Amino acid sequence: MTTATASEYAAAPDVPIEDLMACPHCDALYVARLPEPGGRAVCRDCHTVLISPRRKAGARIIAMTLAVMILVISALFFPFLDINAQGFGNSTSILDAASSFRSGYMTFLSIVVAAAIIVIPLVRTMLIVYVLTPVVFDFKPWPQARRAFRLSQELKPWAMAEIFAIGCAVALVKVADLANIGFGPAFWMFAVLVILVLVNDNYLCTWSVWKSLELEEE
Amino acid sequence: MACRRCARVWPMGQERCSRCGSRLESRDPASLQKVWAWWVAGVIAYIPANIYPMLSTNTLVSSTENTIVGGAVEIAKYGSYGVAAIILIASVLIPVGKFLAIAFLAISARRGSSVPARKRTHLYEIVEFIGRWSMIDVFVVAILSSLVQLSVVASIRPGPAAFTFALSVIFTMLSAQSFDPRLIWDARFRGTKRTRR
Repeated sequence: MTTATASEYAAAPDVPIEDLMACPHCDALYVARLPEPGGRAVCRDCHTVLISPRRKAGARIIAMTLAVMILVISALFFPFLDINAQGFGNSTSILDAASSFRSGYMTFLSIVVAAAIIVIPLVRTMLIVYVLTPVVFDFKPWPQARRAFRLSQELKPWAMAEIFAIGCAVALVKVADLANIGFGPAFWMFAVLVILVLVNDNYLCTWSVWKSLELEEE
Repeated sequence: MACRRCARVWPMGQERCSRCGSRLESRDPASLQKVWAWWVAGVIAYIPANIYPMLSTNTLVSSTENTIVGGAVEIAKYGSYGVAAIILIASVLIPVGKFLAIAFLAISARRGSSVPARKRTHLYEIVEFIGRWSMIDVFVVAILSSLVQLSVVASIRPGPAAFTFALSVIFTMLSAQSFDPRLIWDARFRGTKRTRR
């Protein structure tokens, strides 16, 4: 459902500055107002989604984020994929995949892969739990909550767990005629994890979080 | 003046957003310079990524080294056109398209363009969204080279192109992030009396 509920600033020039919001993509100025349940506010000029609150989103996000954390950590230690060809077999875990670039300057690549598929998604989920728990349960925000939330937003494009999952599919097809491939438990955990991460990001309305952080601290 | 991170509006001249702590800038004057710097770095890293092999496969009978395009052609020969297409799209079409799109956005932000601003913003969002997906090739190499280690029967090792390709993807992501999409929209005030917000 798309409803533009942020009215344009020009219509109400005497609104206090706290109630204004600017579109982060095109700088159009609006009077921020919560849209009706299920609706969302969209920028009239560039169609960027400005506000999209969901009911009970906070508690759901925390629950899903905890699930993500458990899945990431357990997926690390179980075998991910195994392979069999002419009597030779090998199984690999996510950690093996990340550390497969071992020699010389390739180590850098190992660090990048490990960061993109394990460290950054994990750090992001922890930051989000840290920021949202006080908001949901009506405490005073924990120290540095704003910095934590900002960091979690800055890390967003660098968390690539879902891309890794599609990468697995491509890799599987590539070697399918070379050998037999089996899925380990970690593969299924990772599949669930990817879906959770995507749904979670969809639920998080950054504007609402900033607003509540601001209100709680006053 | 607006905060790009949390959309809070502040009076002109304030240096830091008191809500989220980001540095405030009406427009980043060096935005386009940063875009071009990362862009050039990305293009330079992309060249060796296509010349050097991405993977080297050793089997009982043969040892082959494949570049990105070579690998895709090989797979197509075996009849898996779908996979070949995914690889070509993810590692050739998307990176090249991204280079062109960012260059177009940066040039048109300065000179103006006949393409409507809304369409260009849309293009920017696509570039931002799709940029990360180019990493898929690096991940495929990582998975393959840790999985396919079957002593003499078959083993796969990463080649130097994996490294430069990853660099190229990272550089272009940084290039897209340094672009300030508000520059696209500044043109809507051109021609009228415009005060800098």
